[in-house]
Amino acid sequence: MASETAAIVVRPSRPAPWRDPRLRGIALQVVFVAVIAAIIGFLAYNTTVNLRRQNIATGFGFLDREAAFGIGESLIAYSPADTYARAFLVGLANTLYVSAIGIVLATILGTVMGLARLSRNWLVAKLAAIYVETFRNIPLALQLLFWWALLREVAPGPRQAWQPLPGVFVSNRGILLPVPHQDPAYLWMAVAFAIALGIAYAGLRWARRRQAETGRQFPAGWVGFALALGLPLIVFVAHGMPLEMEWPVLRGFNFAGGTAFSPEFGALLIGLVVYTGTFIAEIVRAGILAVSWGQSEAAMALGLRPGQRMRLVVLPQALRVIIPPMTSEYLSLTKNSSLAVIIGYPDLVSIANTTMNQTGQAVEGIAMIMAVYLVISLLISLFMNLYNRSVALVER
Amino acid sequence: MSGKWVSAVVLAGFAATLGLAMPAQAGATLDKIKQAGSLSCGVQAGTPGFGQPDSQGKYSGFNIDICRAISAAVFGDADKVKYVPLTAQQRFTALQSGEVDILSNNTTWTLQRDTQLGLNFGPVVFYDGQGFMVPKKSGVKTAKELNGATVCVTPGTTTELNLADYFRANKMDYKPVVIEKVDEVMAAYISGRCDVFTTDSAALAAQRAGRTQNPDDHIILTERISKEPLAPAVRHGDEEWHDIVDWTIYALIEAEEKGITQKNVDEMAKSEAPDIKRMLGGTPGMGKSLNLDEKWAYNAIKAVGNYGEIFDRHLGLNTPLKLERGYNNLWTKGGLIYAMPIR
Repeated sequence: MASETAAIVVRPSRPAPWRDPRLRGIALQVVFVAVIAAIIGFLAYNTTVNLRRQNIATGFGFLDREAAFGIGESLIAYSPADTYARAFLVGLANTLYVSAIGIVLATILGTVMGLARLSRNWLVAKLAAIYVETFRNIPLALQLLFWWALLREVAPGPRQAWQPLPGVFVSNRGILLPVPHQDPAYLWMAVAFAIALGIAYAGLRWARRRQAETGRQFPAGWVGFALALGLPLIVFVAHGMPLEMEWPVLRGFNFAGGTAFSPEFGALLIGLVVYTGTFIAEIVRAGILAVSWGQSEAAMALGLRPGQRMRLVVLPQALRVIIPPMTSEYLSLTKNSSLAVIIGYPDLVSIANTTMNQTGQAVEGIAMIMAVYLVISLLISLFMNLYNRSVALVER
Repeated sequence: MSGKWVSAVVLAGFAATLGLAMPAQAGATLDKIKQAGSLSCGVQAGTPGFGQPDSQGKYSGFNIDICRAISAAVFGDADKVKYVPLTAQQRFTALQSGEVDILSNNTTWTLQRDTQLGLNFGPVVFYDGQGFMVPKKSGVKTAKELNGATVCVTPGTTTELNLADYFRANKMDYKPVVIEKVDEVMAAYISGRCDVFTTDSAALAAQRAGRTQNPDDHIILTERISKEPLAPAVRHGDEEWHDIVDWTIYALIEAEEKGITQKNVDEMAKSEAPDIKRMLGGTPGMGKSLNLDEKWAYNAIKAVGNYGEIFDRHLGLNTPLKLERGYNNLWTKGGLIYAMPIR
């Protein structure tokens, strides 16, 4: 008798399965996933069947075949005798190259313009506002065409190239700069630079800890800067100062030697930086305005100088507002670099398009482009999220 | 009851997706065209003489007349064509996916395209070869002097590949500037961004005539570095539609050989010569074999004229392009243009 009562207490009355909200939730999710899987499966199957019936080649075997087309500029060695896979890598390297430089420059430009728009100087603030409102509201594709036409039309031909500095040539073939000859000293200088950075970072942490403990300050920033400049310089002098340069020379149609930035690269970089810079400027402005004025007043009351006030009080708080939207801007800049197609910079999309057209394998090509952009975007997000965590408010 | 409704709607949705996703089935293209009431023709966005819209957006040119002839053969009306401008990079996907029913845009017939891309080619309508155009003031006389040159070229073309082959074979260097839109690539050449512009020589003549301020400032080097047989393309797997394209073009060529023109086709239709009677529908049979009206060839010739007339109207010596017939003359006059017997 007692055991029966206990059983009733322990086992709550169960609703019927179709009335149980938990079971119903699970069942609905299973159905949802099944439907999505069925649709994807159907599309994949349908694509395969259609491709086969139309006798269109499938698979990634084409990547090993000879590409047989030329590429205008490349960071890694490439000739038309290389494979499609290699050509694809060339495109990827070009995309990463222009995006990386673009992100750095856009951040600098955006920050400067964002601060300028907050300036108490009327002219500076208005100029920054005009910059933002103009370039933010014109489609990027048009801006790219504009910059490209400008670089092409304004600059003279290679034979009449401008020479602003000895060895530097500006023509409609691009900007040519002399580069130093290969020398083992440069490798060691890079090593010295890396070591200096490591020491500077350790020094900065030590100085911070000491200041927190004792209140005494140490100019770690300046010391680190001196190290980063000084150590490579010492190595350079120790190697007997190898300063032989490879100069660009006009030979036949074009310049040979030196390093070149093509008008396509230039137009793409300027376009991306100027366009993305406007958004970053607004983000920076918003971030700084989000820090209440009371914080600055408090900092002034403590006797901090304007630079210190910005660096120690306002910026750390503003960064929390700035970082998350900044991540989106970096992502858009990287993805917008695919507009390179319009002006003929050989980025990933441009080369993948050519590959797709020569091999006819559009499905594979598009899949590869999507996968690459997805990976790049996720990596950028990952790094920005890590950085965001380091500046986020830590509650104690 | 409502459950049945839902499943019926879902099924209908799937069927619609299926219908959209499955274009080329044997015989499907002609049915689709007849149902739509028009033929979808992939053309280039702007090559003077071959295919270009005027200020009202009305297309005209050599390749356009090929599509008009096919439209006339199918519908008895040359104007039932929807023109879809495509860049070199878009054209094959557009045809494969069923967005267009035929490409008539100076596409070169190659093994890879015939096999890997799932295309079938109609008869060659223009025999061409790749050439180089340079500004006269550059002083270049032969292609062998082009070492180190910057070359403007459109991507996704045989031109791009031949260019790489040619410079590789001659151990020369070049820098390609690769731009998809013909307008942009020509603008780059004219502004001096490139030393050379390369494409099929007839298209070079077309661009020179249509897009340079003073055509005499540019010369087309005499070398031809490739064979470029230009032919209309259709999807692999629909033989009926492929036959219609083939034989309409053969009819245009045959008409030139037999002296049938746009003007005299009505008179010729009354002719007692058995071969002409067979072709123009006086003796039934040919149209039926193609699943077309017996007047198919008559309608095509009536609409656009014979092959020679189309050539002269858009490309010949009296046009800005001033092209000789050369290889594109009839086989009886020393050229390569030859029609299979219509019987």
